[in-house]
Amino acid sequence: MIEINMQETQLPLKAEARNLSFFYGSFQALKNVNMPIYEKRVTSLIGPSGCGKSTYLRCFNRMHDLYPGNRYEGAIDFHPDHTDLLSPKVDPIEVRMRISMVFQKPNPFPKSIYENVAYGLRVRGESARSVIDDKVEAALRSAALWGEVKDRLNEQGANLSGGQQQRLCIARALATDPELMLFDEPTSALDPIATASIEELITELKEKVTILIVTHNMQQAARISDYTAYMYIGEMVEFGETDQVFIKPNKKETEDYITGRFG
Amino acid sequence: MNQQELQALRTMIVAHKRWDMMFGLLGILALMIALMTFTALFADMAINGLGRISWEFLTSFPSRRAANAGILSAWVGSVLVMLVTAVAAVPLGVAAGVYLEEYARKNWVTDIIEINVSNLAGVPSIIYGLLALGLFVYTFGLGQSILTAGLTLALLILPVVIVATREAIRSIPQIIREGAYACGATTWQVVSDHIVPYSSAGILTGVIIGMARAIGETAPIITVGALTFIAFLPPAPFTGEPPAGVFDWLFAPFTVMPIQMFNWTSRPEAAFLANAAAAGFILVLMTLAMNGLAIWLRYRLRKNINW
Amino acid sequence: MPQPSDRLKKDFSRHFKERVIEAILFLAAFLSVFTTTAIVYILVKESWIFFQHVPLTDFLFDTQWTPLFDDAHYGIMVLLSGTITSSMVALLVAIPLGTIIAIYLSEFAPFSIREIAKPFLELLGGIPTIIYGYFALLFVTPLLQKVFPELPGFNLLSAGMVMGVMIIPYVASLSEDAMRAVPMALREGSYATGATRLQTALRVVVPAATSGIAAAYILGISRAVGETMILAVAAGMQPNLTFNPAEPGATITSFIVQVALGDLPHGSIGYQTIFAAGLTLMLLTLVFNLIGFYMRKKYREVY
Repeated sequence: MIEINMQETQLPLKAEARNLSFFYGSFQALKNVNMPIYEKRVTSLIGPSGCGKSTYLRCFNRMHDLYPGNRYEGAIDFHPDHTDLLSPKVDPIEVRMRISMVFQKPNPFPKSIYENVAYGLRVRGESARSVIDDKVEAALRSAALWGEVKDRLNEQGANLSGGQQQRLCIARALATDPELMLFDEPTSALDPIATASIEELITELKEKVTILIVTHNMQQAARISDYTAYMYIGEMVEFGETDQVFIKPNKKETEDYITGRFG
Repeated sequence: MNQQELQALRTMIVAHKRWDMMFGLLGILALMIALMTFTALFADMAINGLGRISWEFLTSFPSRRAANAGILSAWVGSVLVMLVTAVAAVPLGVAAGVYLEEYARKNWVTDIIEINVSNLAGVPSIIYGLLALGLFVYTFGLGQSILTAGLTLALLILPVVIVATREAIRSIPQIIREGAYACGATTWQVVSDHIVPYSSAGILTGVIIGMARAIGETAPIITVGALTFIAFLPPAPFTGEPPAGVFDWLFAPFTVMPIQMFNWTSRPEAAFLANAAAAGFILVLMTLAMNGLAIWLRYRLRKNINW
Repeated sequence: MPQPSDRLKKDFSRHFKERVIEAILFLAAFLSVFTTTAIVYILVKESWIFFQHVPLTDFLFDTQWTPLFDDAHYGIMVLLSGTITSSMVALLVAIPLGTIIAIYLSEFAPFSIREIAKPFLELLGGIPTIIYGYFALLFVTPLLQKVFPELPGFNLLSAGMVMGVMIIPYVASLSEDAMRAVPMALREGSYATGATRLQTALRVVVPAATSGIAAAYILGISRAVGETMILAVAAGMQPNLTFNPAEPGATITSFIVQVALGDLPHGSIGYQTIFAAGLTLMLLTLVFNLIGFYMRKKYREVY
């Protein structure tokens, strides 16, 4: 049922969802989702609110394990070692150490800017000051925040502006060299200028890391992503290269959504 | 990530999770310490006191001979004092809670009232005893009576009733008020027809918790100077010669359960300590029952909430 | 259709009734202010007479407390030492255990355990203090004497320990409230970096809830300082300038009980002494309560 256009079939995969279903108690929020995620590419998830795109994203780092009553079916095959991210045998902590996440609203910890970025390293037991210093600087540079905060690393993270806070959260997610980064509507709480800088940042980041992003904004998906998936009521309606999905969608539903006739 | 790195990662996670598990055990241990203390306390009093609990114990006055002593005057005193406390604290506490939630404007007077309520909740109970001694006993001349004790405990539990009332009222959604106002109701009509009835279960919970605290309070009543050896009952309420005699019971000397227990606890003879254990056992059962009832009520309330 | 004049009249009486009701309710609420004022008035009035007999310097610096002897000394330090020592013991029990329980219930415990543990703690906190006093004197002290045979029958240690257990529910539930108020987004942020429960609890939740937890500790201290019956029953009532918990001692509160048990005539210096002691206690707890109140307000404002 799902047609996947793979013109770049030689492109290496980073992850692959296979028959993924998800249940909040007895409510099925995801239905048999199949989807590839290509390495060092930006893949975006679009769809009307409540369609399950955030639920889908949060399967990748097993966030649903935090709350009782949630259940996965199917698999997410994570390359290159072919770990099934959803397997009960795989510790969610292991998954989260390899896959980092940026949230909808910036959620800096009530700590200094430095400690916010160093958090993931400290959690991993890193204690060498020089190592942490280097990684914090590198992460802040990658998040395009170093120039603005290098003289105030000991200030509280909450003192930054909204856009800076979100870049701080990106730096925090970057500092641990993740293999895949998840973004859950990262700009929905930001003003247009801060949004533009985050979008630019995401396009730069794909040189280093694979990115999966949920966005509430179709233009944003068109601007930043290489691949786009359209979801509707827990199902993957269409997946393809962004240009193709936006210009020449295969499915009528996708076209209706993109042209604004629905959603 | 290659196999080697993955292996290192997994080893680290196992080590981290060991700490998690150890803390989980520590948490259960800490709860266990609390549970074991409670069990020891309960069992100790049961072992030492159960033998003394009998019909005679409940229907006898205190006595110089431990074996003849009972708690009749103590439990009757407790009941009468609680009656006064409830009659004073419930209307005052509910009225204050209603005022603060439904009437009070955001200004400095309201701020002062709120600061006072939360401060009074933290004032040690013995201070209320000193207040009662200076105010009720000597300034108002109420003597060391049931009325004095009841009013003292009422002041003591007033913050509990006020806070419970406010919380219960706050859980009523705004649309209920708006619906009533839209029908042309005055503020008082909204309060008396809707706010108070709908929050009554929550208020009742708070009242019971407050009364459970009051029934076990010892220090303020000792401070008032209540006698500890009372071998008679106060006149039964509302039986005296009207009009003056109806309230005779309010001015009668009295003793209450915790004071009777304190009295026996401070005697060196083992026989009296057994009496103390028996009185304590009954007192604990009373407070546990009251608190248990309140907790159950609150639980029911949460389950039945339909807005 | 009523005449306009009728309607106005009706509105006026209705309005009047509303105002009267509001005034009555206001008076009930204002009773709390009256109570505080009355407490301060009574304590200050009686203490005033006391301080006309006893210089403030003697009260603060004398090292003896013998108000009922012919050679009367009024050094409040003696009672304060008992209050401080017993409170310290209580806090050494209540703060670690209360905090661990709070972290466990807020971050670790499965729903079912929390549903059982919280009402249980509430029941524990509702037990009358006279019962705890009995327990300290007749269960804990004999138990401690098996380990430390030279421990006297009345001592601050067992009273303090039992007082600590009494305060655990208080510290635990207030701290847990503070941790619960930490937004889930912060926890998710931490878990998303691969942190364990303990790492999240200790590195993110507890620091974020610091002011609320500090408020819980401070209100716990205030409770310990004001506790009366446990000490009156189990710590002995001899004034004793000591910081050694293995000794008996009197506290401000147990002294008041001791005087109230005897029959001191109204207006005697001995009678006024308890008001001076009460004023000291009131000031002490007021300071703690106000600090705790503002810290709690602070964390409520943050989240």
